[in-house]
Amino acid sequence: MSNLTNSLYNLRQMDDLADQDTLIHRIHPLVKLLLTLFYLIVVVSFDRYEIIRLIPLCFYPLIVFSLAELPLAPLAKKILIVQPFIIGAGVLNPLFDSQTVVFAGLTFSRGWLTFISIFIKSSLTVAATLLLIATTGMHRLAAALRLLRIPRLFVLQLLLTYRYISVLGEEANRLFRAYSLRAPRQKGVHHRAWGSLAGQLLLRTLDRAQRVYQAMALRGFTGEYFSGAPPRLRLADLLYLILWAAFFLLVRFVDIPSLLGSLLIGASA
Amino acid sequence: MSHHKVEIQDVHYRYPDGYPAVNGLSLHIRHGESVGIIGANGAGKSTLLLLLMGLIFPSQGKIVIGDIPLSKKTLPLIRQRMSMVFQDPDDQLFMTTVFDDVAFGPRNLKLEEAEVTARVTQALARVGIPHLRDRAPYKLSGGEKRTAAIASVLSMDPDILVLDEPTASLDPQSRRRIMDLLKGFQHTKIITSHDLDMVLALCERAVVVKDGKIAADAPSLELLTQAELLESCGLELPLSLQGCPRCGLSSSAE
Repeated sequence: MSNLTNSLYNLRQMDDLADQDTLIHRIHPLVKLLLTLFYLIVVVSFDRYEIIRLIPLCFYPLIVFSLAELPLAPLAKKILIVQPFIIGAGVLNPLFDSQTVVFAGLTFSRGWLTFISIFIKSSLTVAATLLLIATTGMHRLAAALRLLRIPRLFVLQLLLTYRYISVLGEEANRLFRAYSLRAPRQKGVHHRAWGSLAGQLLLRTLDRAQRVYQAMALRGFTGEYFSGAPPRLRLADLLYLILWAAFFLLVRFVDIPSLLGSLLIGASA
Repeated sequence: MSHHKVEIQDVHYRYPDGYPAVNGLSLHIRHGESVGIIGANGAGKSTLLLLLMGLIFPSQGKIVIGDIPLSKKTLPLIRQRMSMVFQDPDDQLFMTTVFDDVAFGPRNLKLEEAEVTARVTQALARVGIPHLRDRAPYKLSGGEKRTAAIASVLSMDPDILVLDEPTASLDPQSRRRIMDLLKGFQHTKIITSHDLDMVLALCERAVVVKDGKIAADAPSLELLTQAELLESCGLELPLSLQGCPRCGLSSSAE
């Protein structure tokens, strides 16, 4: 079950990254959350054949990544993890959409274009979301969600899930370790034991939930959740928001690659 | 500070499956007293704590904290006076940072944020972990978690501290640190434990629970030296009172 341990470690690694103090980490969490949402909308709003126009949008994750001084390997790994799903979703496109187009002097089926477009869009959106978490951290993100008036209970549930996923993972880990020690010649868990293992885990989780609730109730919890004062919005935060939002709008409504291309061609003519 | 007594009068409790966990238990704890509640597994110690904290209600009998009878209505009042540290600190540390965890209680009391910060700072300083305030609870060691859990109830400024197995699963030095810390508290303390040496060191009074009833109630040194009584209740002499494996002499031998 070392995979489970690894996943838990990976999850916590994002928290460690979020604890750094860089220009990007200091930006108000709400600003980063809004910008990420806006970025996602802009990325997915492009038509599935408009690959070239997506290229300027690569700047956002690249610049944020370098300013936040994050390590490349763990983030790249996390982006790669989702790629098999994306490839699975888009791999049949070239068969279904077999009309041909000419692109850079080459003839392709349009399905290839849509496939590449899905690939780029997914990489950009996953990268932007990962960067948000890696530069903000879950508790600051939760504060931002509260500022957006997301109901307390949802935010509380998110935080508690995040807090206890490691405890649950450790419990699952212990359960599976105990199983595998008494089933030495088996690979994985025999299907006859799935039910009782999952059931055990559920029961342990319920017990744990009960005790956590009791601990909260003893300290005056009545369903209202107070997380302290949110951080203050600074001028720099607003500037950061406005500049990136303006850039996204520009990319969305002006065809920058063609414009640059025609400028270059015009200059060389 | 003169009314922090705890009065348990002929309390009965039966679990929904019919198991009678507490059977007519009565106990009077005076202001400022340190009481160790000991007993074998399943004797009813944990149920007693749940009853005391109002997490479950007795089917018969009465619990009075200070001058306030425990009921659903008086719970908020009682929980401000009496706080409980859970056996597994992971149950108690549910926020993302130690600060937020220690601030959880005061914030629920709707104190001003400045007062909350003051209380958190004070509680962390009291238990000697101000440097851990921004750490995530899951990253702490067992001893640090336990200390943070204690800070998280101290910030509520309680008069009575209830501790469930405070030294369980700690390494010897962490155990010693927690014991030294608890020894310094002036609160009325109610401690359940299987660590009889800790009870001997921290509590002037020990209460043995057996089959949901009080089997013995006496000064710790008097009670914890009665090997026969302890054995009949599923316990044994504290290690410090047992014979030395090399010379066969008990450390208490005269």
